[in-house]
Amino acid sequence: MNAIGQLDRSPLQIDSGMLPRPFVVRSRREEMSDCVTLELAALDGEPLAFEAGQFTMLYVHGVGEVAISISGDPAVSDSLIHTIRAVGAVSQALCGLSEGDRVGVRGPLGNSWPLERAVGKHLMIVAGGLGLAPVRPIIYWALANRDRLKSIDIVYGTRAPDQILFAPQLLGLSTTDGLRVGMTVDLADQDWRGQVGVVTDLIPSMLREPAETVAMVCGPEIMMRFTGQALAAAGVPAEEIFLSMERNMKCGIGWCGHCQLGPHLICRDGPVFPYPAVRDLMSVWEL
Amino acid sequence: MDQAAAKSISMGANGLEALISVLEADGYDVWGARERDGALVLGPIASIDDLPRGRIEQAEGGSVRLVEGPRDAFFDHTLPMQSAKRLVYPAEERLFVTGEDLLIEETPVETRPIAVIGVRPCDLAAMETLTTVFESGPFRDTRFRQRREALLLIAVNCMRPASTCFCASMNTGPRAEAGFDLALDELLEDGRHLFVVSAGSARGQEILDRLDGEAASKEDLQAARDGSRACAEAQTRRMAEGAEQLLKRSYDHPHWAEVAERCLSCTNCTMVCPTCFCGTVEDRSSLDGSEAERWRRWDSCFTLDFSYLHGGSVRKETASRYRQWITHKLAHWHDQFGSSGCVGCGRCIGWCPVGIDLTAEVAALAANDSSSGQQGEERR
Repeated sequence: MNAIGQLDRSPLQIDSGMLPRPFVVRSRREEMSDCVTLELAALDGEPLAFEAGQFTMLYVHGVGEVAISISGDPAVSDSLIHTIRAVGAVSQALCGLSEGDRVGVRGPLGNSWPLERAVGKHLMIVAGGLGLAPVRPIIYWALANRDRLKSIDIVYGTRAPDQILFAPQLLGLSTTDGLRVGMTVDLADQDWRGQVGVVTDLIPSMLREPAETVAMVCGPEIMMRFTGQALAAAGVPAEEIFLSMERNMKCGIGWCGHCQLGPHLICRDGPVFPYPAVRDLMSVWEL
Repeated sequence: MDQAAAKSISMGANGLEALISVLEADGYDVWGARERDGALVLGPIASIDDLPRGRIEQAEGGSVRLVEGPRDAFFDHTLPMQSAKRLVYPAEERLFVTGEDLLIEETPVETRPIAVIGVRPCDLAAMETLTTVFESGPFRDTRFRQRREALLLIAVNCMRPASTCFCASMNTGPRAEAGFDLALDELLEDGRHLFVVSAGSARGQEILDRLDGEAASKEDLQAARDGSRACAEAQTRRMAEGAEQLLKRSYDHPHWAEVAERCLSCTNCTMVCPTCFCGTVEDRSSLDGSEAERWRRWDSCFTLDFSYLHGGSVRKETASRYRQWITHKLAHWHDQFGSSGCVGCGRCIGWCPVGIDLTAEVAALAANDSSSGQQGEERR
């Protein structure tokens, strides 16, 4: 880590950063009513290798560009997978694409989850809502590296039972002592037999050896703020908690100034930050 | 020092016209500050007659007026409204054109060699700052680089500050030590009117060698340095020391609400700032939607849209937007790019329609600095 607590990253010095590469929608899967997973393939066949936690700028012809985390398996590079919720003009256009449509891609951009830090330790993944998408690459990695981890615990909070992202995958995980999934919803329906409440409620009971735990967190900022507090309060070392931050991004490469969070340019210095680098910033009004 | 002295010549005031001729002969468009509507703007100049000779700015918070100065100098004025930023980073430019196949056709950068005459030390510092922004990160902006390469910067060291100037307290002026191709000191005293010309680059030296002058005398070089020193001493505004740390502990300062009562969030300060680099991109499509153009243009952290995230903008209030601008400029810039983002040119003071003065706002924060216990507290 450097002086202001950011994760180190190697300078890439790539020249022209603002030109998208053409990709084709290979498959489209509706996750929820307003949420779609797109599998993209490069038009020129040149795969786009990425690390867990990185994002791309996705471009829809004539509409614009938006920053989206890669939600696929970093070990599989010939398809590029993003999970997108339709919340704005560009994300709506992305969700409306069909197989065979083209998408522009810039990236991969930003830093990545420090996966190797979890080796030999308990890995706790905490996600809120669509925040499960940017941590799914961690889950793929963790499942492939189970013997190098003391345990894997996935803690997931979402609005309602019909808002469980990747539900078949998540519920289909064959849990064992070494792999547990904790889930909670804000609003239950009649069929829900699980927990109701905020995700932080699950954390104390699911932590094993807090001092031997590395936590990776993604969700709405308010959720990450309280999750960071809950993890630290339970004894997880602050520098072993990592959050993926979000701000408006127009360039993704440090030139447009939109994604500032205090001293950080989230696209350049993040999106993954150690908790101490963002802890105080998250409680400043309208930063 | 001796090296620099060896490169300096003195030439009569008419040498300025000769300099312009040499630049034109080399294929440069010559740009400088020229008068328009009672103010100075940066634009092409055909001859020394286009320079605002004898004119000075009367600048104050919320007001910049060009008036008759006390003497017949070419460069007693200070700054045009815009810096040379727009020559390396245009206010808007097309990046590419594409059909629905997304086979991107990049729009080439069209540059012409431009020599800017009269670039002030603060603006030279700003050019360095912009270079760091666009070239020090993981990506290098080749469009910026191509335009920068096409620029020849002819600095003029300031002999007279405007009242909005505070470069001395930002260590960016009023004398340029580097970053120029040529630097001029205009000496006008005892009936003599001459320029001391110094080269700061090989390109500058090559031009200097073709100017008609003699090796600058020790006295003239001293007079030039004295003039700069006097200019620094004559500056009435200054940035308080420790602004970086002060701002970093002032996120929750009550003064932001007070500034917000005056600030119109009009974006003027960011539009005239020589270092503000924030930009956005937008698509412009043909009527039938088959072809789209992608444009990049300046943006400002004072707009509501700037911080828009699904669900609403992060910085809804003017108070948080002003705080973002000044805190970025004076504090977080150090973290991001290793220097202050302010060069002390004072444009944002003069061109603010309500006369908000960042040096005064920093002083006001300092006057009510509670020093600790500010962070981590929830304001609302």
